Amino acid sequence: MISFEDDKPLLIAEGLTKYYGRQLGCRDASFELYEGEVMAVVGESGSGKSTLLQMLSTQIEPSAGRILYRMRDGGLQSLWDMSEPERRFLLRTDWGYVHQDPQHGLRMGVSAGGNVGERLMAIGQRNYAGIRATASDWLGRVEIPEDRIDDTPRTYSGGMRQRLQIARNLVTAPRLIFMDEPTGGLDVSVQARLLDLLRRIVSEMRIAAIIVTHDLAVARLLSNRIMVMKGGEVIEAGLTDQVLDDPHQPYTQLLVSSILPV
Amino acid sequence: MPALELKDVAKTFTMHLQGGLKLPVLRDVNLAAEAGQCVVLTGPSGAGKSSILKLIYGNYRVDQGAILVRDGDTTVDLATAPPRRILAVRQRALGYVTQFLRAVPRVSALDIVAEPLIAEGVIAAEAAAAAAAMLTRFNVPERLWSLPPATFSGGEQQRINLARGLLPEHPILLLDEPTASLDARNRAVVVDIVRERKSRGAAIVAIVHDEQVRDDIADVAVDVTRFATAA
Repeated sequence: MISFEDDKPLLIAEGLTKYYGRQLGCRDASFELYEGEVMAVVGESGSGKSTLLQMLSTQIEPSAGRILYRMRDGGLQSLWDMSEPERRFLLRTDWGYVHQDPQHGLRMGVSAGGNVGERLMAIGQRNYAGIRATASDWLGRVEIPEDRIDDTPRTYSGGMRQRLQIARNLVTAPRLIFMDEPTGGLDVSVQARLLDLLRRIVSEMRIAAIIVTHDLAVARLLSNRIMVMKGGEVIEAGLTDQVLDDPHQPYTQLLVSSILPV
Repeated sequence: MPALELKDVAKTFTMHLQGGLKLPVLRDVNLAAEAGQCVVLTGPSGAGKSSILKLIYGNYRVDQGAILVRDGDTTVDLATAPPRRILAVRQRALGYVTQFLRAVPRVSALDIVAEPLIAEGVIAAEAAAAAAAMLTRFNVPERLWSLPPATFSGGEQQRINLARGLLPEHPILLLDEPTASLDARNRAVVVDIVRERKSRGAAIVAIVHDEQVRDDIADVAVDVTRFATAA
């Protein structure tokens, strides 16, 4: 059961700002994310949503602001006060990151089973049979046929690759997962399958997720909360259905009214 | 105290794409629903009936006033509550059923109906059994249960949506035209369920055009034209 009263946020972003030289990437983004919450960050290219995601996932260091994360022992830690190895360990174990292009999130020359098993080995599992069994179970959960476990992702379709990337990220039961346009570049029918899968797994595992997307339908289907970005700033935020049904900002109204009805 | 109370609620839409045009739709909305009572909103199309339900559920943001909802032993003002609080109230206390199914690709009818129970923490087998019973009650043939409803007829989709929305027993229930295109047999199912819920203490706010259904379920009728703005 999702408890919305557990009042300890998993992640707190405070005034996150990034300048690339004099060019603004993202200014003063602040929010709190709780366990099991799915937040969508929407906006067009250049809105700053990717910059925000890269800062949150510690791929780039903010020019100003800080990110606090609740560790498994319950304590809050500022991510950029941690050592590099500590951050990397967190990223490998407690977090997942799903890239838009699965080639960036997978090892293309390694078998599917190996791609999933590698994350387990990174958290210290050494029993080969156990790792293979878990990997095989996860391939099943993302609907990849068992007899493809020894094939490399090079032989997979785009949709299969993306599902494999999701399995690789979720096998360690992370508490937080970042997704960068997870359905971008996929055919519409393949997108639907992936969305259904993501929705189910994220809610079953109670994972908190931050999903960057330009697709408002994806945001509506997957997220509880939404932040709308434009020109490097968060211009509107709230419950997803509230922001999409009753948008207040001119830009959000434009985005919502620009969806073609089917 | 009523289960649900609206106090001096006002709503204006600002249409930025039309040069900032202000569209006041409701003002001074005052209404209350007691436990076990069904309040039916009446008034012509465009008077703001659906908007009131959306304001209560939180799809629309409230400009002014309070929306007080009883949640267990506490009272929450949804007009000012943070998003997480609204989600919690929706999950525990507030149901909202429209006539339209927002079909999720690839998910079977049975899973769509069972989903709200699973989200509440009911174990999967139990939720599936309850969903099956509800689909049976709404006369949805069993051969359809395992199929995604995207290709179903409008009436079938509506009945699946009703089964989904009415399955959890929320103490407050918002119904927007639940019987709009149903046949007599399924209209009677809706009436039965609403009566059951009332007898078990649910507070209900409904929009119903069908006069017979309205007479069957309503305890109080509120004409929303008195909340309409002069514009």
